[in-house]
Amino acid sequence: MKTMLRAAVAGVSLLLGVGTALAEGELQIYNWGNYTSPELVKKFEEKYKVKVSITDYDSNDTALAKVRAGGTGFDIAIPSGNFLPVWISEGLILEARPDQMENFKNLREDFVNPPFDPGRHYSVPWLWGTYGVAVNTKHYSGDIDTWKVIFDPPDELKGKINIVPEMGDAIYAAMTYTGGTYCSGDKEMLKKARDVLLAAKPHWMSMEYATQEPMVKGDMLATSDWNGSVLRQRLVNPDIRYGFPREGTFIWQDTVVILKEAKNVENAKLFINFIMDPENAAMNSAFARYANAINGSEPFMPEDMKGAPELGLPDFMKGKTIFSVACPPDVVELYTKIWTDVMK
Amino acid sequence: MSDATRIAENARRADIRNRWWLTAPALFILFVAAIGPLLVVLLYSFMLKGDFGDVKYGQFSLDGWFSVFFERDIFDDTVGIAEAHVSILWRSVKLSLITTLLTLFIGFPTAYYISIQEPRRRDLLVFMVTIPFWTNILIRTFAMQEVVRNEGVINTLLVWSGIVDRPIQIMYTDWAIFFGMVYVYLPLMVLPLYASMEKIDFRLVEAGYDLYAGRFQVLRRVIIPLVKPGIVAGSILVFIPSLGAYVTPRVLGGGKNLMLGNLIDLQFGQGKNWPLGSALSITLLVIVTVALLFYVRNASKSGGGHGH
Repeated sequence: MKTMLRAAVAGVSLLLGVGTALAEGELQIYNWGNYTSPELVKKFEEKYKVKVSITDYDSNDTALAKVRAGGTGFDIAIPSGNFLPVWISEGLILEARPDQMENFKNLREDFVNPPFDPGRHYSVPWLWGTYGVAVNTKHYSGDIDTWKVIFDPPDELKGKINIVPEMGDAIYAAMTYTGGTYCSGDKEMLKKARDVLLAAKPHWMSMEYATQEPMVKGDMLATSDWNGSVLRQRLVNPDIRYGFPREGTFIWQDTVVILKEAKNVENAKLFINFIMDPENAAMNSAFARYANAINGSEPFMPEDMKGAPELGLPDFMKGKTIFSVACPPDVVELYTKIWTDVMK
Repeated sequence: MSDATRIAENARRADIRNRWWLTAPALFILFVAAIGPLLVVLLYSFMLKGDFGDVKYGQFSLDGWFSVFFERDIFDDTVGIAEAHVSILWRSVKLSLITTLLTLFIGFPTAYYISIQEPRRRDLLVFMVTIPFWTNILIRTFAMQEVVRNEGVINTLLVWSGIVDRPIQIMYTDWAIFFGMVYVYLPLMVLPLYASMEKIDFRLVEAGYDLYAGRFQVLRRVIIPLVKPGIVAGSILVFIPSLGAYVTPRVLGGGKNLMLGNLIDLQFGQGKNWPLGSALSITLLVIVTVALLFYVRNASKSGGGHGH
């Protein structure tokens, strides 16, 4: 009865928006779904007496469209780095100068000067990762460090392969596999990539975002995927391994920015500084299972993530990765046509 | 003009005025919630596409409409029919037709069974048909995954009973899509069918038998003509949402082959081509309207005259 009463009181106070009666302010975060550590948020709320609310989105395109329409009430958004130039050029982001914040010194050196935000005047990394392949090694013990697993698969995997239907990523993989340059509109390169996709499609079982369940249960034996997602799979099913495609892959990162229309700019700045603290960055990683870019966070990471093979980059990948970029509009149009052709 | 006619005239005017006032809220909602957004979509389809989604406001262009029907081959630059769009459209139409037929075949006997029960039992059965509506379609579709998965209910039963010795792949195939679509849309077929059947005067069926009609003849010559409005209504209710179905093919079909709904989604999302997406949406709308008009007209033509 007592718990029921407490639940009722909590419910009512939530409805009235007075959950933290002592709140000195608010912070509205617009982030990818299931990507914000509740512990991290709680710690921030308690430390600064700020009430945080989180709204989810499911794609960069959705986020951009909504923020562009304006009047969202969000203070912070977390778009992918490759989308950042669009956000900046359309004047959606405040030049908050995170590079002058106290905890900025913790940022890993290779993340200080990304092509999309040199010197970090607008953004700091939230989490980052790589794109590669996941394979159930119980069914296939051959070489998995290659895009070949997806595009020219061994017999053991045929018919049980998935590719994540992220258009840009899939075409990137196909172009890298055929020796092309990403974002190139070169017809020869595009043709090769398209032919590879078309030839591989009959061997695929599905084009799905939700890989966790089917991979773990063995319905799916191989998929293109992001490293943190594969880490989650391996923790449940130890047969699953992450392959780093030696033909090349990209490093993506999601970045924290303050919107120009933000009403709680000071709280937003506090939050950005807060997540560059090693202990807090580790909390973030522990929840989403992706690596952060903060030096000194390793000791605070959960045991099963310390030294996880998925999270780093092996030596043979040196010089074979690029930072993910957004392709120019005319190239995107070509990609959409190829993609429609593949999926028709 | 005599007083009587003037009073009558005034009353008539007042009546018209009142009617306008009374329909105003409905008209308002219709415009704001249905026609307004559609006009926006229509406008967008005639604008130039923005670089990263959105449109360039006020810049007129027919590119969106052009690419609905034609495509410039990106490799040899020749212009031809947009074959990809046509095959995606055809796949959606095919899927909707099959779904409609399957729900009709399953829904007809179901509705008939319900309508011949005693009234209290009948109410309970109708109530049970509506139960799936209590849950969101997305959740029901994900639940369906558990049924058709390799280690799901169907495969476990098949393997356990020895019919197959290893699970058969249903998930991510067209079978899974049909399975899901029929499950989701079946109530929309059963309810209108039941509404028509409930009104059948079963003495007509008896009369049919008395006149030496066989079971099949009674079904074909007596029952089906009587429930025709229900068949038409049910088919429309199933066919139209199936045409734009998005969730079920996406979740159960594994997304390897685009449906019309997914193609439109691609243009607004990763394709960043809103005018094309808008034009495709309007095209879908037009197809649905034409099919509907055709269907309703045909139905009313052959439906009348019977049983009167």
